[in-house]
Amino acid sequence: MTAFRRTLSALSQYPSAVAGLAIIAAMVLFSIYIVVAIPYSEAIILWRGGEGVWLENPRTAQPKWVNLFPGVNLPETMILGPAGESDDASVKKERQVVSEEMTDVITTFTFDYTADAFPQEISLFLTSEHERKRPLVSLTWLTPDGREIRIADVTVEGPVTVRFSQEEKLERRLDGVRPEIGLFADPASDAEDPTPLKGTYQLSAAGLIFEDDADVDARLVVYGQVYGLAGTDHLRRDLMLALMWGMPVALAFGLLAAVGTSVSTFIVAAIGVWFGGFVDAAIQRITEVNLILPVLPILIMIGLFYSRSIWVMLAALIALSIFSSGIKTSRAVFLQIKESPYFEAARAYGAGNFRIIFLYLIPRLIPTLVPGFVVAIPSFVFVEATLAVLNLGDPLLPTWGKVLSDARVNDALYQGNYYWVLEPAALLLVSGLGFAMVGFALDRVFNPRLRDL
Amino acid sequence: MTDAALPLQPDAASVERPKSQSTLSRVVQYTGLRMIAMLITIMIGVYLTIIIANMGGHVDNIRKGYIREQVALSVGFNDEFKNMTSEERRAHIDKLVALQEKRMGLDQPFLLRSFSFLWGAMILDLGWADNMSSDSGSRQVRNIILERLPATLLLFSTSFLINFLVGIFVALYLSRNYGSRLDRLIIGLAPTSAAPSWFYGLFFILLFAALLGWFPFGGLVAAPPPESIINYALSVLNHMVLPVIAIFFSSIFLGIYGQRTFFLIFSNEDYVDMARAKGLSDRVVERRYIMRPTMPTIVTSLALSIIALWFGSIILETIFNWPGLGRLFYLAANIFETSVIVGSTVIYAYLLGLTVFFLDIVYALIDPRVKVGGNQGGHV
Repeated sequence: MTAFRRTLSALSQYPSAVAGLAIIAAMVLFSIYIVVAIPYSEAIILWRGGEGVWLENPRTAQPKWVNLFPGVNLPETMILGPAGESDDASVKKERQVVSEEMTDVITTFTFDYTADAFPQEISLFLTSEHERKRPLVSLTWLTPDGREIRIADVTVEGPVTVRFSQEEKLERRLDGVRPEIGLFADPASDAEDPTPLKGTYQLSAAGLIFEDDADVDARLVVYGQVYGLAGTDHLRRDLMLALMWGMPVALAFGLLAAVGTSVSTFIVAAIGVWFGGFVDAAIQRITEVNLILPVLPILIMIGLFYSRSIWVMLAALIALSIFSSGIKTSRAVFLQIKESPYFEAARAYGAGNFRIIFLYLIPRLIPTLVPGFVVAIPSFVFVEATLAVLNLGDPLLPTWGKVLSDARVNDALYQGNYYWVLEPAALLLVSGLGFAMVGFALDRVFNPRLRDL
Repeated sequence: MTDAALPLQPDAASVERPKSQSTLSRVVQYTGLRMIAMLITIMIGVYLTIIIANMGGHVDNIRKGYIREQVALSVGFNDEFKNMTSEERRAHIDKLVALQEKRMGLDQPFLLRSFSFLWGAMILDLGWADNMSSDSGSRQVRNIILERLPATLLLFSTSFLINFLVGIFVALYLSRNYGSRLDRLIIGLAPTSAAPSWFYGLFFILLFAALLGWFPFGGLVAAPPPESIINYALSVLNHMVLPVIAIFFSSIFLGIYGQRTFFLIFSNEDYVDMARAKGLSDRVVERRYIMRPTMPTIVTSLALSIIALWFGSIILETIFNWPGLGRLFYLAANIFETSVIVGSTVIYAYLLGLTVFFLDIVYALIDPRVKVGGNQGGHV
């Protein structure tokens, strides 16, 4: 414990190490929080649930904070209705008796539009209660300057979704302009480069029902161009989920891989040095072979032919890294201390080989293991990202690498969706730097020769 | 490290001199031995690859599929079999396939066959691809791979040379002015090397291709390729800038950090002070007394960095659409073209082996402590 405290106080002299430790502590705390707040199974359902879960999110929407930049004012998603569920004054529902058989159920959506850009999409979700005769809903759009535009007439059978962008007649009525633009465009603005008209819009859905107990409910979603703190991807998923859940996954993968490889390498080096002779020579030769083994191609083959589960990859990665170049450095140090007199003492009282290796030889050198171990963590985190970008990521888990991979496959950089690449990349970079900074400082603490340099 | 003080011991040097008459033969002998050792190492690596790839029976499937296709083609084009009914023909094909498989030894146990695969892989007889072909139209995996190899070699040898030269000179400069602001800045940047080159590649594409439009997003040459050789070369250079910068940025700071540290350690040795006291110029001291003993360590770390470069190529080339070996591997992996995957892995093993072999020789030549022909080989 005192050694631990001494190390900490030595580390505190390096500002970069303090920053790194802060990053690591924040990551660990946040990972614990997120695993508790959104359990594993729930995260997978949310991430793999498909469009049903995220129906009301816009596609590839930028994060909300882009509106903080000067001159950027992109619309947020507006969800209105159904009437009655929220005591929102913007949705009004009234019944007007037209004749004995017919009643008009009119839902009016009123909302203010203040953004400088057009919404991404407009959808109206209609549901009805009826027995035989299907209600007929006619939709009318009222712009702030008083123009009235007929949208469509729909018969409602079960749940019906009216996507305004797919209403061809409406598009024709708007002179070939896409509805989500045409409905909001300022008629005074240039037709080539339209700007939205700001003000209060109204959509009325007048549903003609033919039965006494029948009813029509409507919900309007005006999809914006920004969403949440992280934006969404091509499947409308909230990237925040993947960015948050990516952290425990990255930490677990990096830590386990680093522990697995450095400890196993260390043990193999210790065994080789202790037994010497043939064992040592064999380990040395295996290391030389292992050095030229194409690790990444082999991992890719395993991913293709067997399983791409993140844990299988982890096991394969550790197995391939046992005889890594780290053996040479550990071996050099072991050789030095092997001559210490207390080993002779241990042998004199009859300690077995493995007792000496595991209780006397290895514990003595654990401090030299620590810096390399900490520096190795980010490189394994990046291995996971690399595999994901090669389409070999875990099929279930949301990870940072998967987000990067999705972004790459969907040409995020070509289409200007920079947030999609920058967010996971920034997280990878910050976490990588955190560990690397601590590791570099530890290296100087444990290797006094470097301390003055 | 103190035995690096050889230059100061004229006695030791003169004692060794008479032996150096047979230097050439010793170099040849040493090279030969290392080459054999490296071939054995490559063989083991390739053999492991074959075992991994064949665990799901994939290598067998490549060969069986190829046999069936050949037999079916030869039967289909042969007029003698035209009058057979389709069932007779199928039976005939099955018989011929069984014969062929027996001839190629596919009915033997895997252990025996694995050695024949190994032999095929070692002489680069890598089989045939089902769904890929080289730009010249060949289906032979060897041709497909060899066609892509120059692009990879061009990109990575360029980046490697730039990294090596810049690294050495900057490290020397920093070790001369250590503690300066630039020194502390570069050492502070060393942890950035935790991220691989493709990762920085993404940033550079974003910055220089998407936002500024200075360089192309990726690829080898502009489309359509320029006609004159000079324009073609310029176009290739233009496309190379971003990937080379990405590789450079991802490894240079750590490289400088490591080399600078070694230069500093060696420049604190007593014999360096002695050389300075003798009045030798800084340049001579640096070249003879600091760089010479540092070189072996630097070569070792270089070997490791080149190996990392080869592995990084798969994804870096994919990110930059660079038509090299790495991108080929990625494409093959996406359409399960097993023969190309195994073939590329074999080529990677060869590339790694050759790299290590070459550096081993360099190591032996520059390390004053390793006597060429002696039994302590390189450390790589």
